[in-house]
Amino acid sequence: MKKVTIHIMPKQGVLDPQGKAIQTSLNGLGFSEVEDAQTGKLVELFVENHEDIDKRVGEMCDKLLANPVMEDYHFEVEEVAHT
Amino acid sequence: MKFAVIVFPGSNCDRDMYHSVKHVLGMEADLVWYENSNLENYDAILLPGGFSYGDYLRSGAIASASNVMQQVKAHVDAGKPVLGVCNGFQILLEAGLLPGAMLPNENLSFMCHHEALAVANDATRFTTNFKKGEVIHLPIAHGEGNYFTDDETLSELKKNNQIVFAYENNPNGSAADIAGIINSEGNVLGMMPHPERAVEKLLGSDDGTRLFQSLIENWRDTYAVNA
Repeated sequence: MKKVTIHIMPKQGVLDPQGKAIQTSLNGLGFSEVEDAQTGKLVELFVENHEDIDKRVGEMCDKLLANPVMEDYHFEVEEVAHT
Repeated sequence: MKFAVIVFPGSNCDRDMYHSVKHVLGMEADLVWYENSNLENYDAILLPGGFSYGDYLRSGAIASASNVMQQVKAHVDAGKPVLGVCNGFQILLEAGLLPGAMLPNENLSFMCHHEALAVANDATRFTTNFKKGEVIHLPIAHGEGNYFTDDETLSELKKNNQIVFAYENNPNGSAADIAGIINSEGNVLGMMPHPERAVEKLLGSDDGTRLFQSLIENWRDTYAVNA
């Protein structure tokens, strides 16, 4: 069994209003050192062993999990015990 | 002319859309549940607004991956018209039937009010009853209507006159004030403002009626045969 952890973030230069709001709020709380904030999604998949797992997960991201117009993604695959 | 209004779990403007074409325009129309749909016999497909699948993942993303969208694509490939409004527009973007994507509104607020729109292209089959440059009023109701695309696609849209409606006072941060765009073939229109909520004076505006009238008249000109 593999655990796939997918990080999906707004592309560089794409407006991230939630990140902006978080930064403003942290600054308001006195954390003036925060110069930028970005928010994204984290998706965890538990999948059967598959020889093309990297390719398959890439396809999952391109077809559904991320929107290539506004998001970038990267992922890690690790072995986990059967649950 | 026969319309299909596709209903997804979470659609909430489906009945307004149905009412517009069925009762105001007097056309044949069906509410079609996304799972048991055969779209072959419909002349036009309407993708209504709402929150399909609770906006999970991204607005419109899950609906765009549903089986019914394969049929919508076949309908588009056959040259037949599709109108997506609000969440329907988001679904068309996610399905790749229109270019670009929707970001959250610049001010992070859900906005629900009438907006002034300039008609930027009056030569589409959806807009012949408007005049280019004319300002019309339609309600918006969305939290993610901030149209985004790369610079190259944006200049393509401008060059090919694919921007159909533009906000007079951009409420959400949309690139090029975009409120609605059409595909290069001219048969898929996506727009955030709601024409189906502006079909009777009682609703504050009936400017939306002319969009449906345009579509119907152009269909008649193309397909109707004198008996």
